Amino acid sequence: MTQAFKFPGWKDLPLGMDILEPGSARRNRTGDWRSERPVWALEKCVKCAVCVIFCPEGCLSVTEEGYPQVDLDYCKGCGICANECVTACIAMEREVE
Amino acid sequence: MARRVGMEVSIALAEAAKLANVDVISAYPITPQTHVVEHLSELVADGELDAEFIPVESEHSAMSCCVGSSATGARTFTATSSQGLALMHEILYIAPALRLPIVMCVVDRAISGPISIWNDHSDIMAERDTGWIQTFAENAQEAVDLTIHAFRVAEHPEVSLPTIFNLDGFILSHMIEPVVMPEREQLAAYLPSFVPLQRLDPTKPITMGPVGIPPVYTEAKWTQEVAMRNALPVIEKCWDEFEQVFGRKYRSIETYQAEGADVLLVTMGSIGETAMTYVDQARASGVKVGLLRIRLWRPFPKQAFLEAVAGAKALAVVDRCMTLGGVGGPVACELKSALYHEERRPKVVEYQAGLGGRDIPVSDFDRMVQGALAVLAGKRVPEPRVLQVRE
Repeated sequence: MTQAFKFPGWKDLPLGMDILEPGSARRNRTGDWRSERPVWALEKCVKCAVCVIFCPEGCLSVTEEGYPQVDLDYCKGCGICANECVTACIAMEREVE
Repeated sequence: MARRVGMEVSIALAEAAKLANVDVISAYPITPQTHVVEHLSELVADGELDAEFIPVESEHSAMSCCVGSSATGARTFTATSSQGLALMHEILYIAPALRLPIVMCVVDRAISGPISIWNDHSDIMAERDTGWIQTFAENAQEAVDLTIHAFRVAEHPEVSLPTIFNLDGFILSHMIEPVVMPEREQLAAYLPSFVPLQRLDPTKPITMGPVGIPPVYTEAKWTQEVAMRNALPVIEKCWDEFEQVFGRKYRSIETYQAEGADVLLVTMGSIGETAMTYVDQARASGVKVGLLRIRLWRPFPKQAFLEAVAGAKALAVVDRCMTLGGVGGPVACELKSALYHEERRPKVVEYQAGLGGRDIPVSDFDRMVQGALAVLAGKRVPEPRVLQVRE
């Protein structure tokens, strides 16, 4: 998850620390401080996509087969998907180093 | 030809803001600033000033509005006092961090409690370190001139920082004084149109005010410090240009009868005029005393200050604000810090006076100078030295 990124020196900061490039936040993988990740027991999944709808980070999507999938670059491990899942098929598993 | 007119100072500086052709004014009325924004709102309502006047429900909103307005590239003005300034507090830090050249008139008034609508500097001293350029006016003419200067400095491409000019509540704001109003042609020669260095523009989107995570916050604050340091010579240069166009001269530190003075009184704001009266009287009776007036408070003009006090043996510093439980008032502390590393430095004898609208008569200046002379003679003058406290 860690990237080779060098923070700018003070002379390289744009005026007022403005961000001059639109959409540059896409490059920031913001899921690296997650302590738990959602894991699906797909045999119990009914493809209702409630988890996808409730994800506050928009990092859940639906595969071609209709099952939910998580983009772990952005998932913060909040557990809302697991809490909302109608068949309780999502378990939050601790991240290990 | 510019001519002298008698005008209430609040009205005069509102007229000066009109002459500066402000685009947006967002403000909330508070005593003693009220006449400033009241007059501006009338000018806008009467069609005499082509600007947006945005009324708001609080000063927090007024300053937030100014931040948004300035970010779009509009020349933005506001004014406040006391509790209103305090309510702006958290947004005051945002404007300089985003390098937005808002101009604000602060009509200085004591901070509650007890509730006081009268003048001292406790409101502005609480905003000392917010990152705004801060100047102080002594009379009507200075208030008008500093209004114009504030726009020139704030929007200067080498500065781009918000600027506060201070004037004392009632003592100045509500007085009718003779003032030479700037002419439109003079304004055109002195104050160019506002060209923002960066602004919100849908065709060229940028993000203002992103989070400063630990690896970048220090660098961001350092750029602000550098901006303040770099602003110092530009502020002086803008006063030089002011003199060329308007014929009136201003400096960051100004002295009166300082030559050969053993004791220099140090003042900020309108009390400088009473202090001059005292200095004239004292000089006539042989006391070697002069006056040093701090016109520019932030960024602090350390070099000019050190040069101005080089010959003095003691400074009698007047703070119009208390630092409860601290060591001396904010101005005295600043001056002591500036002097600390100097090999030859005058004694700093600090006083707090003129709190919550209490007058500072000529006799008070005499007491302060006598105290400084006593310190020079090796006597102890007990601290803290708050004048006019009844037993």
